[in-house]
Amino acid sequence: MSQFTLNLIVVGGSFLLYIGIAIWARAGTTSDFYAASRGVNPIVNGAATAADWMSAASFISMAGLIAFVGYGNSTFLMGWTGGYVLLALLLAPYLRKFGRFTVPEFIGDRFYSQTARVVAVVCLLVISLTYVIGQMTGAGVAFSRFLEVQNTTGLLIASGVVFIYAVLGGMKGITYTQLAQYCVLITAYTIPAVFISLQLTGNPIPGLGLFSTHAESGLPLLTKLNQVLTELGFNDYTGHHGSTLNMLLFTMSLMVGTAGLPHVIIRFFTVPKVADARKSAGWALVFIALLYLTAPAVGAMARLNIITTIFPAGTSAEPIQYAERPDWMTSWEQTGLLAFEDKNNDGRIQYYNENSEEFASIAAERGWEGNEMVTFNRDILVLANPEIAQLPGWVLALIAAGGLAAALSTAAGLLLAISSAISHDMLKSVLMPNITDKQELMAARISMAFAIALATWLGLNPPGFAAQVVALAFGLAAATLFPALMMGIFSKKMNTHGAVAGMLVGLIATLLYIFTYLGWFFVPGTNMLPNTPDNWLFGISPLSFGAVGAIINFSVAYIVMKFTAEPPERIQELVESIRVPRGAGTAVDH
Amino acid sequence: MSLDKTAAAYWSANLRVIFICLVIWATVSFGFAIVLRPLLQMLPFSIGGTDLGFWFAQQGSILTFIALIFYYTWYMNRLDREFGVDEQ
Repeated sequence: MSQFTLNLIVVGGSFLLYIGIAIWARAGTTSDFYAASRGVNPIVNGAATAADWMSAASFISMAGLIAFVGYGNSTFLMGWTGGYVLLALLLAPYLRKFGRFTVPEFIGDRFYSQTARVVAVVCLLVISLTYVIGQMTGAGVAFSRFLEVQNTTGLLIASGVVFIYAVLGGMKGITYTQLAQYCVLITAYTIPAVFISLQLTGNPIPGLGLFSTHAESGLPLLTKLNQVLTELGFNDYTGHHGSTLNMLLFTMSLMVGTAGLPHVIIRFFTVPKVADARKSAGWALVFIALLYLTAPAVGAMARLNIITTIFPAGTSAEPIQYAERPDWMTSWEQTGLLAFEDKNNDGRIQYYNENSEEFASIAAERGWEGNEMVTFNRDILVLANPEIAQLPGWVLALIAAGGLAAALSTAAGLLLAISSAISHDMLKSVLMPNITDKQELMAARISMAFAIALATWLGLNPPGFAAQVVALAFGLAAATLFPALMMGIFSKKMNTHGAVAGMLVGLIATLLYIFTYLGWFFVPGTNMLPNTPDNWLFGISPLSFGAVGAIINFSVAYIVMKFTAEPPERIQELVESIRVPRGAGTAVDH
Repeated sequence: MSLDKTAAAYWSANLRVIFICLVIWATVSFGFAIVLRPLLQMLPFSIGGTDLGFWFAQQGSILTFIALIFYYTWYMNRLDREFGVDEQ
């Protein structure tokens, strides 16, 4: 059976499964559509949250991000998991007790203001729309690479599948498809990782293998990796090579941003009890950790594998002949994601750090005239893992299904956050308060269909700035929604003026800082300062500014609150009531 | 004891455990994995060829986060029952 047929069977099978679930889990009421009628088991919700959260970026790109930087990019691992501690301790149980359907709904009701609600809707739309572009393009790319269809066709098939289960089932359909998608993606990620770990270290658990002995050399794996990297002029893998302040702020921004992402928060509205919301956050992190504890091992092992493949007799000996390169390199060269250029015409592949001044003399002595692996897209690491480890074809097919599951599950969660903000917060709460439940459900389905169409269009015509915009999403979530939600729960006296001022100043400050270095609305050439560490304020990268934006939001809100009227008595009572779990059942009736 | 007083005691017990958990959360990630890493490097042992700080950055912090959430869940379930504010 050809690889193409295998891919088609595995991916097609997974899609049939998702559609089957959609038909089984149709939504009958708005409560079904927005919150799966709060009947989701906390462990199931944990797995669904994990799929909701882990996007194409986590599945495909993260191991590569870590592999090519080493210790410095541990920020992604800590940042994207540490946010769940904030979510479990500071937000999820109270928002569940509040017992409504959306994030702007809490902000609007708690701060007794339509302005606050609308500001929250705007923040939510900017955050979620920017995020969804990446998922749709990711799904399109995965389709075209594995199923040999046009990018456009791939994207349309993906939107069609999401359309079926998201429009039919709403949160209920999305929850159970996300559970299935989690199973697919974690299996796909783990199998090649286990085999690579076994091959290199003899330890079947990749997270432990990372700290074990490299079987071939008898040295610890990381020592071996540091050794070969420094011998080729690269930075050592475990060393600290960047700014400490920036590393702290970047980690903090990712953590706070994660806790403030609306599509993650709304998952915790689906469990029956407040105690379940806490427990569910714990399970979500367990399911996420299965991938996040494996990813750094995949990164380090794949990096070592690549170097030992190119330098089979050691880094001080000659590298391999281009003609004798392994098959997986040949097949990835066809995609353009991997490219070689024989700069010194010796027929061999010299791979080293050509930017290292110290290494330049050694390279010259050995007759090397530049790094000859001119393109190595970091996404190849995970996608080519099964081929590098020489695993059977069905594992590669599983990776294709896993990548698509990761992209589609996140896209569906984001689309639900977008459509419920429109149908519930704008239509029902602001514009047409008198519509019936049935009409609202229809409105929710229509806005979902529109959101999918918009996301598909954006996926087909991605704005050139898609990569920067994902960072913007985290920065904005950290600087706007997280502080407003937290103050709404932990400060009884926080009033509408403080919250709105905090969100607006946090939003504007973060946007200004990002635009200063990345250009106004990301238009190239309009940046006022070059985006280099010497120009950053106190060395803070625009990507790390979310944490600073959050601090600005908190401070502005506090100062404004001090000079304006206290919130009314009923709001202070509302805050009292969300702080205790008892009575959550009655809040469901809505 | 008035209802308000009980509610206040429940809330301050909750804030206390949140504070303790967040101190540990920050210590393992911002502390051990980043700022305090040079101190951990001085420890007389190594983990798989590197230091404890690197292990915290890529494995230990995540494992600690999981433990923290489950500890908080367990603690709060007990506290809810103690103060009679649990869900029936």
